[in-house]
Amino acid sequence: MIKNISNLGDAALYCDFGSEVNKEINSKVIRYFKSIQKENIDGINNLTPSYNKLIISFDLRKKNFQTIKKLIENLDITNDDELETNRIKIPVCCDENFSLDIKRLEEKLQITRDKIYEKFFGKEFFCYMTGFIAGMPFLGDLENELQAKRLETPRVKVPKGSVGLTEQFANVYTFESPGGWNIIGNTPQVIFDSTNENNPNLINPGDVVTFEQITKEQYYNYNE
Amino acid sequence: MNKNYFEIKRAGINTTFQDQGRGNLYHIGIPFSGAMDNRNFQISNKLVGNEVNFPIIEFAYQGPLFKYFGEKINFAITGDVKFLIRKKNNVIEGNCYQSFNLENGDELDIISTNKSVYGYLAVSGEFDVNYQWSSCSVNTKANIGANNGKKIEDGQKIYISNINKNLSDKKLNYINTKIENIRVIEGTNFDYFSDEGKKIFFEKEFVISKLSDRMGMRLEGPKIENIVDTNIKSEGLLKGVIQVPADGNPIIMLSDHGTIGGYPKIGVVISADYDKLVQLTPGSKIKFKKVELADAETLFKLYDLETQNLISQI
Repeated sequence: MIKNISNLGDAALYCDFGSEVNKEINSKVIRYFKSIQKENIDGINNLTPSYNKLIISFDLRKKNFQTIKKLIENLDITNDDELETNRIKIPVCCDENFSLDIKRLEEKLQITRDKIYEKFFGKEFFCYMTGFIAGMPFLGDLENELQAKRLETPRVKVPKGSVGLTEQFANVYTFESPGGWNIIGNTPQVIFDSTNENNPNLINPGDVVTFEQITKEQYYNYNE
Repeated sequence: MNKNYFEIKRAGINTTFQDQGRGNLYHIGIPFSGAMDNRNFQISNKLVGNEVNFPIIEFAYQGPLFKYFGEKINFAITGDVKFLIRKKNNVIEGNCYQSFNLENGDELDIISTNKSVYGYLAVSGEFDVNYQWSSCSVNTKANIGANNGKKIEDGQKIYISNINKNLSDKKLNYINTKIENIRVIEGTNFDYFSDEGKKIFFEKEFVISKLSDRMGMRLEGPKIENIVDTNIKSEGLLKGVIQVPADGNPIIMLSDHGTIGGYPKIGVVISADYDKLVQLTPGSKIKFKKVELADAETLFKLYDLETQNLISQI
């Protein structure tokens, strides 16, 4: 299942599941992540699943690379269970104040904004991972016609709630942050809530997300 | 109940509450945070009779100026820091690694760190802070931790409770040493770089840029040539990871780093050198030295033992 385990520095295991980015490989990563999380292994102090890698950090006072590697290699990971999946709808307003890069995208992709929205809204996206900034979901896959590169010069400040596209992925900026994704709209929905310690992320790896277009009025009335 | 508090007359440049940080949250995008220089953080607590993981105030470069109101309290500052205690009738020049007291109306003026970045202030009591995921550590980017996840600001008050009344003076003979050689284990993308690039990485000097903070340390120097791909599929990061983006200038991830990144990893700073690394000021020159995993493990054991020894001497 894991193709190779190496060390990343002196306090982490770097588990390589392959080089492609697809649901199948990512689901394996998420299964490992969830299984190891359940084991509650003493000394492991962080797990970072991503598209096709899983990084396991440990406390070097308690464990070392060899001991954790052995533990992981001997773990019995059950692969038959269906991944637990939540289905989440995210409302997005594409008013011109929010869709900061829509013109740029029209030019880059050579299709109209209506076509972009038609292909984006209502489609099911899979959450590969969360992170970079707290709670930010990396969602895929966009069809080929919607795939564009990052902005050449990233924005210093992307507004909170911005919904962006890059390559085969969509994401949501959970709070104001620098960033280079092509912004097509904004959601009033809270995606990351640090006061909810047990479940701060609305969207977690393995979840299925659909975006729904809302009007400006619906946007401003959303949290009332 | 008596209210003991600091009134903040000058907050300083980057003054935050920190403790040992929070783990097991990388997967939702939250880094460890916590005191940057873990050894100095622990020693500061021990000097005022606290558990080593109590919340403290971390400051960088220019520190805060406080006026204290309340019953007599001890405090200690660690790092390499210039500070004054202004009492009613005299001014005392403070020394690091030694406990001092503050009485009602006294001022503590933490002027600046000397040729280092971070200093630590611990008091013989408990700062009234809120915890998120069992840690008060402030992450200003995600606004997590004490003080609503923000830096300490001018004019605010910091309350202290449960003051330890059995105050005894404590002192430790310790001088922070500086390092110029940062020891590194090869990263997972080491082979993305040309032979010349690898050679540059381990043989040439790099200068720490002003664009460095609790999230990361940017370096300037000869460019490190990438011959495979200047991007990788985004994956997890750790503190100490050295990424090289397309411009060829390395960036070292520090305690508040973004949890996922897409630049190739040329190396990882060993755990034993992290506390010393973060204390290097912009303009400092550093060199990277290659070590193997087994050596890094031994070096960390020695470093940790040395820290425990220092703590047990207090």
